[in-house]
Formats: sequence, C-alpha cells, structure tokens
Amino acid sequence: MPVSTLTDGRKAWQLRDRKAQLTRWFAYFAAVAVFMWCWKKISDSTTWFFVWDAPRIASDIGSRAFPPRWSYMEKLWEPLWDTLNMATLGTLLALVFAVPIAFLAARNTTPSAVFVRPVALLIIVSSRSINSLIWALLLVAIIGPGVLAGLLAIALRSIGFCAKLLYEAIEEIDHKQVEAVTATGANPLQVMAYGIVPQIMPAFAGVAVFRWDINIRESTVLGLVGAGGIGVQMQASLNTLAWPQVALILLVILLAVIVSEWVSAKVRGAII
Amino acid sequence: MYWGAMLRLEKLTKVYRTGDRALDAVDLEVPNGQVVALIGPSGAGKSTLIRCINRLVEPSSGKVFIGDEEITSLGAGALRRARRRMGMIFQEYALVERLTVMENVLSGRLGYVGFWRSFFRKYPQSDVDEAFRLLDRVGLVEMADKRADELSGGQRQRVGIARALIQNPALLLVDEPTASLDPKTSRQIMRLICELCEERGLAAIINIHDVALAQMFVQRVIGLNKGAIAFDGAPDSMTEDTLTMIYGEEDWKATIAKVEDEAA
Repeated sequence: MPVSTLTDGRKAWQLRDRKAQLTRWFAYFAAVAVFMWCWKKISDSTTWFFVWDAPRIASDIGSRAFPPRWSYMEKLWEPLWDTLNMATLGTLLALVFAVPIAFLAARNTTPSAVFVRPVALLIIVSSRSINSLIWALLLVAIIGPGVLAGLLAIALRSIGFCAKLLYEAIEEIDHKQVEAVTATGANPLQVMAYGIVPQIMPAFAGVAVFRWDINIRESTVLGLVGAGGIGVQMQASLNTLAWPQVALILLVILLAVIVSEWVSAKVRGAII
Repeated sequence: MYWGAMLRLEKLTKVYRTGDRALDAVDLEVPNGQVVALIGPSGAGKSTLIRCINRLVEPSSGKVFIGDEEITSLGAGALRRARRRMGMIFQEYALVERLTVMENVLSGRLGYVGFWRSFFRKYPQSDVDEAFRLLDRVGLVEMADKRADELSGGQRQRVGIARALIQNPALLLVDEPTASLDPKTSRQIMRLICELCEERGLAAIINIHDVALAQMFVQRVIGLNKGAIAFDGAPDSMTEDTLTMIYGEEDWKATIAKVEDEAA
C-alpha cells in the first residue's frame, strides 16, 4: 500500500511501496542484462575487419558513383512511369476490394458476426501479413515477370491495410446519425449511403492517399524480383557495378517520393 | 392510406439484455392531434418508450398500434413503410453532419424514393418544393446549401424538425429536443414544434427534462418512473406532490412557482 501510517498517526503517501519499487528495479536490471547478452552474441558473430574497413569501401563506392550518369535518364522515364502506374492502379484496385471487406468486417455493419466477420478478418490478416516484395516473388513465379505482377502485388498487400483502417473508422461512427436515417423509413442501402458513408469519407480519403504514398515507395523495389518498374534498372545497374547509374536511380526515387509526399499532404489537407 | 394518427400502447414492455426493465407493461392512448410531454428522471424509460414505438428498439412484449395498424407485428418492409408516418426529432439533432442542410431535409423522403434516386440526389421536384417550403417555415431557407456542421444548435434542431415533417408524418416522436439548447432557443424550438403540430393536426410525444417548459406548451403531461406511468393529466393539475411522485423527494416549490410566474 502506498498509503501508510506514521508513528505520530499522520498518513504518509508515496507513489510505490517497497515491494513494487524492488520489483521495478529488478525488471530494469533484467532488461539491461538481456541487452548486454544480445550485444555480445552479435559482436561474436561479426567480422570486425569488414566493419573497420567499411568507411573506406563506402567512400570508394561513393567516389565511383559520383557524378551520377545523367545521360542514363532517358532510359529511366519509362520504368519510372511504370512504377507510378503500379502504385496508383494497385491502390485503386485494392480500394475496390477493401471497401466491401471493411463493411463485412466492421462489427456494426457485418451481416453476421459469427460467420462473415471472421472470414473478412482472415482476408485482412493474410493480406497484411505478407510483404508486397513476397507477394511479388510469388506472382512473378505464377504470372511471369512484368508490371502486372507488381501491380497485383501492391494491390494484394494494400487490401488488408485499407480494409483494416476503414473498418475501424466504420466502427467509430456516430450511431445517432444512423438511427435518424433509419427512423425515416430508409432501406438498409439508403441507411448506408446517408448514415454511414458521409461519416467515413474523410477516413476513406486519408487512407487512400496514405496507402498510395506508401505504394510509391514499395513499387520502386519490386523490380528487384522482376516485377517491373524502376527496380529492374536498379537491379541491372547493381549487378554490373554501374555505380553512377545507381546514384541517378536513387536520386530519381528520392524525387518521386518527395513529390508523392507533397501530393498526399495537399490532398489530405483539402479533404479533412 | 391515411390511418388516423391515434397511438395506442398495450402492455408495452422492454427488458434489456442486462436485465434492466426499462418499460413495465405501459398502457397509453394518444388521440389525434394531441401533444403529450413525457417527463421523468433519467433512466425512467422515456427514450426507450419512444424508440419502441417506431421499433428502433425492439419491444420485449406488448403491442403498439398506430390507428388500426399493429406496428409490433410488421415485417421489415412494412415497418419501413410505417416509419415514414412517424417523424422523429432527436436530442443533439442527429443530423448527418457532413451533408448539406438540403440533403438532410430531403433525407426525410428516403422512405418514399428508390435507392439510386436518393444516391444521386435526384429527388422529385415536388419533394424539393416541399423542402424549400419547410425550410422557409422554420426560417432557414437561405441556409439550404450550408453543411449541417456549420449551423448553430438551434438552427440544427430546426433542420431536424424540417426533416421529420417532410416525411408527411401523422405522429411526431420527439426525444429531448431542447437538451443542448440555451433557455431562449429551447422555448423557440418547443413553440415551433407545438405550432407545427397544431397546423398539421399532428399527435406528438415529447420527452423532456424541463418540467416548466413542458407545462408551458403541451396539453397533457405523462410522468414516467421506473418504466411505469406515475402521472397522467393536464399540465396545470401538477403539484409538488406529483413531482415527488415522479422524481422523488426534493424541494419542488421553485419549479412550480416559476411556471406560475411565466403563466401570469
């Protein structure tokens, strides 16, 4: 008890009593011990020669990469366009599936909490648990290399993300507005269109733009496994040790991400 | 089909899953055109009672009749048709905040138009005419294009009233219409609701906390306590004893005196 009685009968108060305090100190001690042990493990399995050598190698690669090979840009426009398309169309495709799944998964709109909701949640979890790079690996094996595989990988990964955030938004709506629309004699579809959809529009717009922004970044690496986009050029340049080309590609990706950040901030500001 | 707006409850009972007996065999009749105030302490079952009438809350047992139609036995489609004739006005307005005033008023017609017409906001011209007439009547015609969340409390409740009336109801169910309004706006809103009921010959049940305000405007007061009717009579027949019966022991002199001052 943090409250105790002093000898003169007054009450004393402290945040924790002695037992709680000792438990806390022991927990800190254990945490530090585990951290030290892990540090030792990692240190033992590291070839420290390479680490000490790292600055020299890095500056070597840096000097080879500079200046970027600007003329290579003419070969990057098309893959860059592909990358943007993969991200944008993948996001749109994901939203088409995510919206109905979100309505099936939200507690207050699902037709059946026992049968339908678990299926919807399973779809969300399986989509989210697999990284888009892994989806891309699988899809390149199934439908062959190219932009389509990348687009589908982006879409499959995004369905779960968008559906999860949307169904959370649906569960947080103000129920009174739904009640009011129901009381007019509206049918269930009308209740959805008037009572629920206006309430989740800001969340929908926010989720769509946020995911698009993430997908721009993700689609730049999908080419590494053959799923199209600027990552294919990246892979080729790395394999041939063409460092000036790698530098240019990194610059282009950086610019694309900055532009997408700017666009999504603008769109979010306009809607909310 | 116009069933005379007469409401009858027979042994209406609602027991929530928690075991709360919100309504206990309530019998009640409201004749055509009568405006009734329903008073009682928080948790007495006022909200449950009006929600059981249009079955936003499903009654556990008992019957609800509007005219000759038994509401409690209707299937989903027939219930929606019956709801069109019961306009509802809410505490804290319950407008769809992100839609415009006009969309909110027209949403009162949802029971009459098909899904796609309502989805693309292609309401019949007669509905739009009626919406403008009602907005004019409640004094908001120049606000038609504003979003509902830009309006003040009193204005929002006026939109709520217009939304209920465009349903062309025979009965109004009104749940704490003045709970979040200042005293002056409260009076204006109560006056508006009662005037409109008189103009259109509507029966109404108004849940209200403010006893004095209820006495000023209605023809009949019903006191609800623990899910049962504890008082039923004319507003001026209420005494300190009646209030004690409905709400419990308290010094009621000021509440009653205030009414007499205002009536004078």
